[in-house]
Amino acid sequence: MAWLSRTRLLAVARKEVLQLRRDRRSLILAFVMPLVLLVLYSYAISWDVRHIATAVVDQDRSAKSRELLDAFRGSGYFRLDRHLDRVADAEPLIDAGRVQLVLVIPPDFSRRLGSGRPAEVQALVDGSDANTATIVVGYTQAVVQDFSARVLLRGATARLPLAADTRVWFNEELVSRNMIVPGLVAVIMMIIAAMLTSLTIAREWERGTMEQLAATPVSRLEVVLGKLLPYLGIGLVDVVVISVAGVLIFHVPFRGDPLLFLVLSTAYLIGVLGLGLFISAVTRSQLLATQLGMIFTFLPSFLLSGFMFAISAMPPPLRLVTYVVPARYFLVVTRGIFLKGVGVEVLFVQGLLMIAFAALGLALAVRVFRKELA
Amino acid sequence: MTGAPPRSPRAGSSRERIFEMVRKEFRQVFRDPRMWRLIFVAPIFQLLIFGYAVSTDVRDVATFVVDHDRSAASREVVEKLTASGYFRVSGRSGRSADLVDALLHGRAVLGVEIPAGFDRDLRARADARVQLLLDGTNSNQALVARGYAERILQAHGLRLARGGLAGGGAAAGPAGGQAAVDLRERAWFNPELRSRNYNVPGVVGLLIMLVSLLLTSLAVVREREIGTLEQLMVSPLRPLELIAGKTIPFALVGLVDLAIVTAVAVFWFHIPFRGSLPLLVLASALYLLSGLGMGLLVSTLAATQQEAFLTTFLIFMPAILLSGFMFPVSSMPEVFQWLTLVNPVRHYLFIVRSLFLKGVGFGAIWPAYLALLVIGGAVLAFAAARFHKTVE
Repeated sequence: MAWLSRTRLLAVARKEVLQLRRDRRSLILAFVMPLVLLVLYSYAISWDVRHIATAVVDQDRSAKSRELLDAFRGSGYFRLDRHLDRVADAEPLIDAGRVQLVLVIPPDFSRRLGSGRPAEVQALVDGSDANTATIVVGYTQAVVQDFSARVLLRGATARLPLAADTRVWFNEELVSRNMIVPGLVAVIMMIIAAMLTSLTIAREWERGTMEQLAATPVSRLEVVLGKLLPYLGIGLVDVVVISVAGVLIFHVPFRGDPLLFLVLSTAYLIGVLGLGLFISAVTRSQLLATQLGMIFTFLPSFLLSGFMFAISAMPPPLRLVTYVVPARYFLVVTRGIFLKGVGVEVLFVQGLLMIAFAALGLALAVRVFRKELA
Repeated sequence: MTGAPPRSPRAGSSRERIFEMVRKEFRQVFRDPRMWRLIFVAPIFQLLIFGYAVSTDVRDVATFVVDHDRSAASREVVEKLTASGYFRVSGRSGRSADLVDALLHGRAVLGVEIPAGFDRDLRARADARVQLLLDGTNSNQALVARGYAERILQAHGLRLARGGLAGGGAAAGPAGGQAAVDLRERAWFNPELRSRNYNVPGVVGLLIMLVSLLLTSLAVVREREIGTLEQLMVSPLRPLELIAGKTIPFALVGLVDLAIVTAVAVFWFHIPFRGSLPLLVLASALYLLSGLGMGLLVSTLAATQQEAFLTTFLIFMPAILLSGFMFPVSSMPEVFQWLTLVNPVRHYLFIVRSLFLKGVGFGAIWPAYLALLVIGGAVLAFAAARFHKTVE
């Protein structure tokens, strides 16, 4: 008996496809889910902070204080539509989350400015959403600093002696969508592994069809590869659909080599699917397999890959953990190819890691399988 | 037994039957010892990962420095950047090409290039320039980092200008300098602006939804797959009792999970809890109505566990993304902002965060409770009606 026969391999794959086709709803979900995620991520959500609901307590009511408020309006980030008499009035507004920022200009603001002493402006921020608050504080500081520089340098002919010349590469407009879509490719593949593959072997055990499969002359490698092939197809279609939709509909740049992208995606996908099969074979229970799939494939690729949260901001022990998360490296590949347009010369190490991951995933799945068929 | 009062054809009282059903359900769930770990240990594990990983704080940004000037002035600029704690020098070189290389490989997020003659220009007040080159791949990090870097340089420039104009007097804070206007910012509820304080309470809401939704839907569908749902139907249980028996265990599990993850949040992550505990429990009970209701609803739609799982996920992901968990509702397009109003996760997160961080009373947040009650009641009623029909 040959170790790997094409006929038997295809037979297993065909059986899996038949089973998948009968389960029409899962199949639809496997294609719908990525699109739903793509639309939500690209269109509905972002970290971009605009229209900051601002309440103003202007106790000075002078030309200078109005000038400062105009500077805030002019920046385009603040909506100054509430004017209050006392700071205490702002408290209930912040409590209810209706106001994010309260600007307090004290009564001696213009007098101090006129006499050359530093004037003071207070900014009270709702800090509960730290990310938004950080950005709000940043914009506030920028406006006040600009204003301050203008006041200081007025009269004197000097400009600031030092200036920053900032350029942003790869994602010139700093659109969060451009960061999300390439990462989403990696996450969605993990979802497919966690949702679909992790169930296939467990299901056979629960339904008692595993013995039937064991009784046939197929080898473990054939079973694993045969079960893997249909999902590889689904995964690749998803990758292509998301990439094309991301580029055409959401105008995410694709600057690298599509072929390299497909090759490395395939390698990554094989590793991911192997991992899913491994979990499935170990647990033998669909409920457990899905849960473990979530914990060991989906969550790390979602949280520890740098998909949305910078690895540099994590505590050191967790940063170490990210080194064993395959999605971390795959993300370098997708973002590198999508946004940076780099090729093998830069992605050499990551490419090798993807291939190693594919081999590891397959080996794990085949290894666990052996015991059970014996 | 003689003399016993005539009994209805159904054995025992309704309460007894529900109790038996709940007991059976618990036994079934925990027969597999691994389920213990799954239900009670996994949430802790998830909370730990979320708590540490979900951070939007920007610090230690890898910075590559190309200093063509090599003067005291240029070193001072780099020093100002790193002293802030936001930037960490990850590499230095004398060639611009190395900077490009570092950005391409992702070894640095910020590149600082100081041209030759920087010191001379600065002394001559001839518009000295520092080049900042940012990798925008992670747009959020890049946005915040750009703001930090530009403000640090501007403050530095301002200080140098003042030093020249007024003759010294540069002893002031890192960002403010001897500015004409000092900004005193104060963040309420979260003075250090730790993103963890905001995210961990959110994870509590997320985990409870996941547990209640998934366990309920899978438990029913599994019985259908194995064929034991029919046995339950021919038992004296009324459909509503069946529903109660299927949901009460997971409501209890959800509440226990709430206690566990809240304890971890407070004692491990030191998230302040400033509100009232009974209000949290009340909100969670109302929130569980939605979770259980949706789980039940999924179970009427799905024939297999795989379908149930996928459907659950299809509901769960958008519910999380459109809840304000990581992305503020106020940044969404208006259509989606309206859509979030029917999302129980949004209301629950609002309550949880208000209770943890703001410590507000019922008076400030009761509308969210009302919303949870209405949404949960509606979903559960609808699901029960559908379930009723599939059982009949």
